[in-house]
Amino acid sequence: MEAITKRKKFRIKKVKFSKVMLVIGMLALVCFTALPMVAMICRAFMPLDELYLYPPRIFVRKPTLSNFSDLLTSLNASEVPFTRYIFNSLFTAGATVFLTIFICCFGAYGLAKFKPRGSKTIFAIIVAALMFSTYVTQIPNYLIVTELGLVNSYWALILPKVAVAYNFFLVKQFAEQLPDSILEAARIDGSNELHTFWHIAMPLLKPAWSTLAVFSFVSNWNDYFSALVFINTDALKTLPLALQTMAGGAGVVARSGSVGAATLLTTLPTIIVYCIMRGRVMQTMTYSGIKS
Amino acid sequence: MKTRHSVQKVKSKMATRKNITGWLFMTPFLILFTTFTLIPIFTAMGLSLTNYNLIQSPDFIGLTNYMNLILDDDVFLTSLKNTLLFALLTGPTGYIASFLMAWVITLFKRGRGAFALAFYAPSLTSGVAMSTIWLIIFSGDRNGYLNSFLLNLGVITEPILWTRDASYLKWVIVLISVWMSMGTGFLVFLAGLQNIDPALYEAARVDGMKSKFQELRYITLPLMKPQLLFGAVNSVVGAFGIFDVATAVAGMPSPNYSAHTIVAHLYDYAFIRMNMGYASSVAMILFIITFVLGRVCFYVFRSEED
Repeated sequence: MEAITKRKKFRIKKVKFSKVMLVIGMLALVCFTALPMVAMICRAFMPLDELYLYPPRIFVRKPTLSNFSDLLTSLNASEVPFTRYIFNSLFTAGATVFLTIFICCFGAYGLAKFKPRGSKTIFAIIVAALMFSTYVTQIPNYLIVTELGLVNSYWALILPKVAVAYNFFLVKQFAEQLPDSILEAARIDGSNELHTFWHIAMPLLKPAWSTLAVFSFVSNWNDYFSALVFINTDALKTLPLALQTMAGGAGVVARSGSVGAATLLTTLPTIIVYCIMRGRVMQTMTYSGIKS
Repeated sequence: MKTRHSVQKVKSKMATRKNITGWLFMTPFLILFTTFTLIPIFTAMGLSLTNYNLIQSPDFIGLTNYMNLILDDDVFLTSLKNTLLFALLTGPTGYIASFLMAWVITLFKRGRGAFALAFYAPSLTSGVAMSTIWLIIFSGDRNGYLNSFLLNLGVITEPILWTRDASYLKWVIVLISVWMSMGTGFLVFLAGLQNIDPALYEAARVDGMKSKFQELRYITLPLMKPQLLFGAVNSVVGAFGIFDVATAVAGMPSPNYSAHTIVAHLYDYAFIRMNMGYASSVAMILFIITFVLGRVCFYVFRSEED
């Protein structure tokens, strides 16, 4: 009897010990992932004298908003106001998200719910395209965009990124499990296909396209390569490109406060979007596996 | 007889209608997908066999570009070596870390959301934007966070030129890429894990399964094959596409080309030297690598029932 209780006690201890180790390990990892973010956030609010303190500090002592006001009000000669870059990023990322949602939901719904002849082949091609890095198609895309006369325009940043295999794939996997009976019922009630899609399928697909909105927004907001290739006017640059121009070259020391603020403004929106949509993302990702 | 005939007719009519509607729904996607993904892949293949500078029309030169790449272009070989190093270190690390994190998080009852955000946030950030912070952390003078920390501890006596010294630079890029790739498959895995029926674990426990690791090995992993595959394909594509962080932190060209990647080489030849044919052959090599590895993933995570 005693032996058993002893053993039980020991076991409880062991479980607790491994759990404690686990928590410690997790916290260490959280430190690794979070420290650069914390440093980034703090630097955006640091007054200039704290930015150049020795030894350097991660946490801010006397937070100030002056970096932001410097960033947003400074209008050096021949320079584009920072708000313009914010607009460029918001507009191109927003338009891409909007278009990709419609076009991918349209296509994925058509493929999953009507299964037209040849749809198996199409889907196999799309799955294969998951393995194409966007860099591989960048040169021909550049030629096509040039041919269409879209270089140096917002369209160059939007059009090539709308029909993305990844996005189509996500919605298709989710659309697969929409109950046919609901759609059938709508048809019997005399609703035409577009109406059924818009008023019945789209609301049901909401978790899928919310996820798409997050992923598409994140990847387009952070996309640096497209803007680097397609844009050569200052006024059309997106945030990452503009930030890089700002963070290099002469006068960096004087600007380092504004660079900190700009970094925060470039990083924050994706995190906010993720936080808002988190619950729905989970619902979709459940269906996102590939059955090979 | 007649009625059966007409039923068949109606059925085939409905099938045609279904076909047409389905294709109509897919048309907008297919047009853009063909224009910006499918045609470009074949164009890139074709261009890689030519000499093309955007001004004169492309000259067919066979496999010359590939011969030059492999036999003559030392910088390309360096970029290939670097990319393989970066990909082999960051891909699997990010993949395994995000799976373990997702798995550990499901073991907790509280605080899931906060932990999830902490692990996932880095992969939401822009590599270029965060590089302004990395450059301060790894700054070569005493003011860099890392140098000042190590100097304080007495581990080093002189500040280290993290981003200028080729031998350190590589590892700095690896570290940053790992940091950013921790979350690649995280959400997919987390969702997959949360979707596994708890009754299965219950049943296994009744059957005498004892450890969490056995559960992982015999229940969790087999059930998560589709998610594991999706995550693997994404992390392959991501790991071989390291470019913006490397150029933002190391500059272009980087000291001794120690952070030069395949994509950097592609960018250099395509959009700085305007040698589209040669750059396309670089793109094709990247394509072949990711495609073959993607196929390997499909093989490794194939579902048993097929």
